[in-house]
Amino acid sequence: MTSNDDVALRVRALESLLLEKGLVEAPAIDEIIDLFENRLGPQNGARVIARAWSDPAFKARLLSNPTDAIVELGFEAVQGEDMVVVENTSRVHNIVVCTLCSCFPWATLGLPPVWYKSAPYRARAASDPRGVLAEFGTEIGQEAEVRVWDSNAELRYMVLPEKPAGTDGMSEDDLMPLVTRDSMIGVTKALDVGEVTP
Amino acid sequence: MNSIHDMGGMHGFGPIEREENEPVFHHKWEGKALALARTGLAGGHFNLDEFRHAMEKISPVDYLSISYYERWLEGTIAMLEEKGVLDAGEVEQRMKEIS
Repeated sequence: MTSNDDVALRVRALESLLLEKGLVEAPAIDEIIDLFENRLGPQNGARVIARAWSDPAFKARLLSNPTDAIVELGFEAVQGEDMVVVENTSRVHNIVVCTLCSCFPWATLGLPPVWYKSAPYRARAASDPRGVLAEFGTEIGQEAEVRVWDSNAELRYMVLPEKPAGTDGMSEDDLMPLVTRDSMIGVTKALDVGEVTP
Repeated sequence: MNSIHDMGGMHGFGPIEREENEPVFHHKWEGKALALARTGLAGGHFNLDEFRHAMEKISPVDYLSISYYERWLEGTIAMLEEKGVLDAGEVEQRMKEIS
């Protein structure tokens, strides 16, 4: 294990060499960091899901041609990847993992959390998804099938969570806070109306 | 390639540790490491598959002991050295100069 200071120094050395060789420019580095820190994130995915919950025609497009439907809302693929959106219902619960590394739908969810990239999640989501769901406090009855989707560089998965009960007539903007990052990975369900802190 | 990165189904890693209100990056250098990898990709010095393979070639002991963005950093340096953009040892030399 290298110390944090040592790694920071190694990054600075690489940066300084690439700047000196004219292979990168400082503003480009800042631009990339700003993109990931401020513009990509689960707020984008929540917009997509809330739209699907409010607009049946959009939902149909999202399930049949997800990459283009997501671009309709202005969220372009970051790595040229294709998107697959899988729908949770009372009969099927979907959960997403990347067993080989960390592939994740950047355009809609941003960078993955540390647990998603960690060995315990990558190992067990594949072999014991119900056990993993229980760790996240998510109970899925035996009557429902659990499906695990293993992401790769070309295909990124996102879950369309079930629309919570008691949300009929709510606007897209009011639905958005119910859509959490974890519910779009499939490790939890969307929040109930009473669970949202104003 | 079947190595330590192929973790699906492995036993013994323990519970999943989660962090509430996790920041996008835990250290400034993590964002820099990601940005430098992406500029290497964008500049055409290496492609995404080569980059992933470079991280998968990290020895299993190192793979498990270094952090996620250290793997990105080491993958980027390995690719740039392999492609002749950097000479072997150039990063270490620069570390001495600026430390």
